[in-house]
This record gives sequence, structure tokens and C-alpha cells, in this order.
Amino acid sequence: MRSRFQQGLDELRDKLLRMGGLAEQAIDRATEAYRTRDAKFCQMVFTGENAINQAERDIDELALDLLAMQQPMAIDLRFIMAVIKINADLERVGDQAVNIAQRVLDLISEPPVELPVDIPKMASSVSTMVQKALESFLDGHAEVAESVLQMDNVVDRMKDEAFVVLVQKMQTEPAVTRAALNVLLVARNLERIADHATNIAEDVIFWVRGADVRHGGAHFPY
Amino acid sequence: MGVGIEVKGLNAWYGKNLALKDIDMSIPANHVTAVIGPSGCGKSTFVRCLNRMHETIPEAHADGEVKIGEVEVYGDGTDPVDVRRRIGMVFQKPNPFPTMSIYDNVAAGLRLNGLRNRKQMDQLVERSLVLSALWDEVKDTLHKKSGASLSGGQQQRLCIARALAVEPEVLLMDEPASALDPISTSKIEELIFQLKQHYTVVIVTHNMQQAARVAELTGFFLMGSLIEYDKTEKIFTTPADKRTEDYITGRFG
Repeated sequence: MRSRFQQGLDELRDKLLRMGGLAEQAIDRATEAYRTRDAKFCQMVFTGENAINQAERDIDELALDLLAMQQPMAIDLRFIMAVIKINADLERVGDQAVNIAQRVLDLISEPPVELPVDIPKMASSVSTMVQKALESFLDGHAEVAESVLQMDNVVDRMKDEAFVVLVQKMQTEPAVTRAALNVLLVARNLERIADHATNIAEDVIFWVRGADVRHGGAHFPY
Repeated sequence: MGVGIEVKGLNAWYGKNLALKDIDMSIPANHVTAVIGPSGCGKSTFVRCLNRMHETIPEAHADGEVKIGEVEVYGDGTDPVDVRRRIGMVFQKPNPFPTMSIYDNVAAGLRLNGLRNRKQMDQLVERSLVLSALWDEVKDTLHKKSGASLSGGQQQRLCIARALAVEPEVLLMDEPASALDPISTSKIEELIFQLKQHYTVVIVTHNMQQAARVAELTGFFLMGSLIEYDKTEKIFTTPADKRTEDYITGRFG
């Protein structure tokens, strides 16, 4: 057994899970900022982004070292490839949380407006997707990853509905256009995070089963 | 041109020890096929059965069906010498005839086969050295230098040239680069890749990266059985059998 190599793989896994925790925290804080209209949470998201970016660099470096020094094969190779891709997705999740926090700052610079969109509910679904995607990575559970893929449709629908009602609102009440536009962008950011969670789940399935399920198909490359 | 190799129900023994168990393998013409597996798994025995070299070891014997092109290797009346002429073999350690010149090393097999025409011999020696990517390095010293005076990598390419001179259809290579430095290794690997245009190549290797680099198909042997045989990309990214995966990821034993 190659114990040094196994240690490296374990370290990579731990680092990615820690980064996942940071990304989840960023989503929660951005959602909390929206819900409470408290700029303090936005600030926490902005500060937290540095740690996510640093984690991304660390993980890439370790993954590259393992590829170069250990020449992994089969499930180990698929694992490292999945980590590299999940790493990039988590970093983008952090970016989306920052975008949400920026929209919230703009929203709270003006008096609150009642809009018929349930952002916290959408955020909760998105947060669950990220959580489950990371859980599937933690345990190597392709079935859990598959459940994430199913959830993406629900979030897509929520965003489409938000789009319809917000556009309608902007037409009937032009005074709320700025706020509605901000909320629309938040909905889009959340939907993007759901896409990243979907990517993560697909990468876990590839790692565990060797099957490429991206773009809606189950494809075994060989 | 290379020919395909069909192996069916091949068994091989050393005395009473069964070293290869019921091997079925279809090796396509003009491809490079790698045979991998831990020490003692039977991979070298397997290639030695293909050219009936296995039976040259005292008390060793084999049965089953091996077809090289149209030739039944273990058929009644098949001459082992004729089989070996169709199948060139290159070993782990370069083994040029040390006192012979470079030219004579390559010509040795041709002379053994009774070729006397000097012009034809010159042509075949040159062709073999060109094919083995050694010609440019030795063309001016063909008769002056001995095989042993060459570097390890050059000696191995000389051995490949010697094997190619008798115009085989199949080239068997048993760890051909394991005694060579990385530069000589990459030359041999590049050469193997070129040679498949003209020959069917079967390579035994302990070096999995080497198998991944040169072979289109890879077979994994374990304890005398062929566990998995598939496209090399499949074997090294998503092997179907847990034992293959354990071996190639170093989790074996």
C-alpha cells in the first residue's frame, strides 16, 4: 500500500471539504444578509472570500503535486480529477455569494420593498443542494449525488417563476424596478450556485462510477 | 504487415505447476498490446508461449490453441523454428553478440536463414537499422564497431534491428526498456509506436505508465489468469475488475 500517496489523497479530501464548508458558510451569510438586511453579513462574505480563494490555490497545488509525483491511475486519477473540478466550482460558489452580498448592499441602501419572491426558500433549496453534493463527496455516495441532480430542476423553476413575477412587477410598478432587478440578480446567482452543486454531484458520480453524466446523459466513456 | 494473434484455452506448466490457466486473448494485427501484472503472474510465460520458447525450458510444456495469422503455433507438424522466425523477440537486457560488428549483429539471423546475396543483405540490414531508429547513429561505423561498444539504449535498438531483419510479423518485447535511462526509454517507446505500422507488437512491462503511453490494448495477468483485457484507456481510468484496480493503484496485497 502506498501510504504516502494515501496520506496525500486524504489531505486533498480534507482540504476540499474544509473549502466546501467555507463556501456553504458564504451562501448562508449572503442569505442571512438578504433576510435581515444587515450589512454586517455582507462584510463577512467579502472577508471570507479570501480564505476560499486561498483554499482553491492550495488544493490545486496539492492536486498537481500528486499528479506529478505519484502518477495516479484509475479511481485515484478520477478522484484527483474530480477534486480539481469541484475545487473550481466551489470557488465560483464563493464568487456568487459575493455577488449576492453586493446586491443586498444595494437593496438595503433603499427602503424595503415588498416583492412576491421567496428568496430565502430558494436559498434554502440551493444550500441543501450544495450540502448534499459535499456529503456525496465525503462518503463517495453516487446515489446521494444523483438526488442533487434531481433538485436542480426545482431551483431552475423557482428562478424562472421569479423572473416572470419580477418583470411583471417592474412593468406595473416602475418605482420598484431597482429593487426588483436586484432580487432578480440574486435569484440568478442562487440558480448559478445550484448549477455548481450539480457539477459537483456529477464529478462525484464520475469519481465513484467512472460514468460521465454531464449534460443530462449517462455516458460510460469506455 | 503484422498479423493478428488468437489465443484460446492456453495452459502452461513448469513441471506440475500450472503457470497459465486457460487464457483466451485476441491480439489485433498492427496494434501494440501491453501485458501487465505483478512478478510471477505469468505474463512472461504468456509471451514465451506465443513463439514456443516456453517449451525450451526443461519440464516446461504448454497446450491450447495459439494462432499467429494462419499458423497454428501448437499444431501438429508446425516447426517451432519457423514459428520463431515469424515472431521476433526482444528481451529486458540488450544482448547483442559482443564480438560481432554492428552489421554482423543485424545480419546474423539472415545468414542463419541461408541468405548469401550481399546486396540483398546490405539492403535488409539498412532497412532494419532505419526501422529501429539506429541507422543515422551507426551508418558510418557499421563494420568498425562491435555491438558491445554501443550505449545501452543503442544496444537495445540494435537487438530490435536484429529481430526485424528476418522480417517477422510479430514483435514480442519483454521489458524492453527497464534497463534503460529515460531518454533511451522514450526513444524505444517512440520506436514501438512507429513499428506497429509494420508489425503486431506485444510488450510485457512492469512500468504501467509505459503501458499507458505505448499500448492501445492492455491485458492484466494475476496468478496465471488473464483478469482483464481491454482498451488501455479503460484499464487505466475505469477498470472493470477490482483486482485490476487494486494492482494499478498500488493497493495490491
